[in-house]
Amino acid sequence: MMDYKIVDGVRYTQKHEWVRPEGETAKVGLSDYAQDKLGEIVFVELPEVGVEVEAGKSSAVIESVKAVADLYAPIDGKVVEVNEELLDQPELINSDPYGEGWVYKVEIRDGNQLEILMDKKAYEVFVAEEEEE
Amino acid sequence: MSEAKKTPFYEKHVALEGKIVDYSGWLLPVQFPQGLVEEVHATRRKATLFDVSHMGEVSVEGKDAEAFLQKVVTNDISGLKDGAIIYSPVCYPDGGVVDDILIYRINKNNFFLVVNAANTDKDYDWFLENLSGDVELQNLSPHFAQLALQGPESVAILQQITAEPLAEMKYYHFKKDVAVAGVKCIVSRTGYTGEDGFEVYCSNDEAPSLWDAIWEAGQKHDLSPAGLGARDVLRLEAAMPLYGHELEREITPLQARLDRFVALEKPVSFNGQEALRRQKQEGMKRLLFGLEMLERGVPREGYPVTAGEEEIGWVSSGSYSPTLDKFIAMAFLDPEVVKANEELKVVIRSRSYRARTTKLPFYRREK
Repeated sequence: MMDYKIVDGVRYTQKHEWVRPEGETAKVGLSDYAQDKLGEIVFVELPEVGVEVEAGKSSAVIESVKAVADLYAPIDGKVVEVNEELLDQPELINSDPYGEGWVYKVEIRDGNQLEILMDKKAYEVFVAEEEEE
Repeated sequence: MSEAKKTPFYEKHVALEGKIVDYSGWLLPVQFPQGLVEEVHATRRKATLFDVSHMGEVSVEGKDAEAFLQKVVTNDISGLKDGAIIYSPVCYPDGGVVDDILIYRINKNNFFLVVNAANTDKDYDWFLENLSGDVELQNLSPHFAQLALQGPESVAILQQITAEPLAEMKYYHFKKDVAVAGVKCIVSRTGYTGEDGFEVYCSNDEAPSLWDAIWEAGQKHDLSPAGLGARDVLRLEAAMPLYGHELEREITPLQARLDRFVALEKPVSFNGQEALRRQKQEGMKRLLFGLEMLERGVPREGYPVTAGEEEIGWVSSGSYSPTLDKFIAMAFLDPEVVKANEELKVVIRSRSYRARTTKLPFYRREK
């Protein structure tokens, strides 16, 4: 099995997004597992600052050479910032998915939505199961 | 659907950690761990090895073999010499495309056709339907494995394991019964990448040892494996048509700008001749163009192309091009509107992205 980086301090969705709470807001991105499955990322369609995203609904589009993937919002909230570096360097998602490859920042509306997402340990199990299929 | 088939190289792909997909009923690697972009660069700069065993092979034998082929293909094969290869569309009477194929002339009574995997059965049935005179058809696909060795280092690699003087083999020529590492092969100087290279055919039984021999010979030339993903991008950069995209039942070879493979003046009549002549005279509402994006956005198959408010066609193939570091596409567009507009737009998920037409092919290797 491949070794994927799964970090602490973030919550994970079943669609392989991560969300990192930082006070009132939270950063959102794609997990290392997801970026590896997608391959070389060549384009990112960011949400507009100010739009409301809804948990489970598409909030950005990430494209590799061969595939188009939606980034589903892990939680509800208003987008307050987007990572514009990705417009010129979408490959940051491949090289540093939990750091420079973050996609956007939202205002946290309902903290409970974070609680139901997976922590590091749960996500490790989830990825391992997905790999076996 | 029956279960997807494994080629004789399946174990090799798994050992190299290839990502396996079901392509036209075949389990084939779409990419290897180095990634599609690296595979494209490696093909242009060094050499890569592709498993293309899914391609179909049909033998056409008999004293009327040439006459039969002249009737079913659009190109004129009358001038084809022994050991030479010609590319041709195969059309229905209305000009729509059955398939695009390679025709290898072994001698005047014996031809070897290479057809698209997904079309093998359809082609075979179509050939049978058009059969007349002394011609024997044989679908050899189940017996053949095929490797494509592509890239500037191809000659140097393959020459190590065969006595056949490869540098002397011209583009679109072949030799049969060539011993490659002791395996009896058909070797042709052909490919689907826009690079120099070879396609090597052998029996399924001997295929794994052929792979091993090429692999070993390639080690000091940085040979790497490449998958279907890279193959698709390479052929797009070289503007080579792919059946189901640039050619299909509803598209004629003239629309795909394959005029030089359609011998409208061929002295014997062929399927599609009348319809294609008419289309040539009347002109076309949709014609193939190259597109280059003027802003970042990936044009993909099926996306609409617009000029002003008007929809003027669709993208047939599109991708990021690693070689050019641009986003490129082939698209069927209204030639009149293209002529009148400097700038077009590709609609990607309801947003419009600027593009302009560009000369095909996008990439041409230096010779």
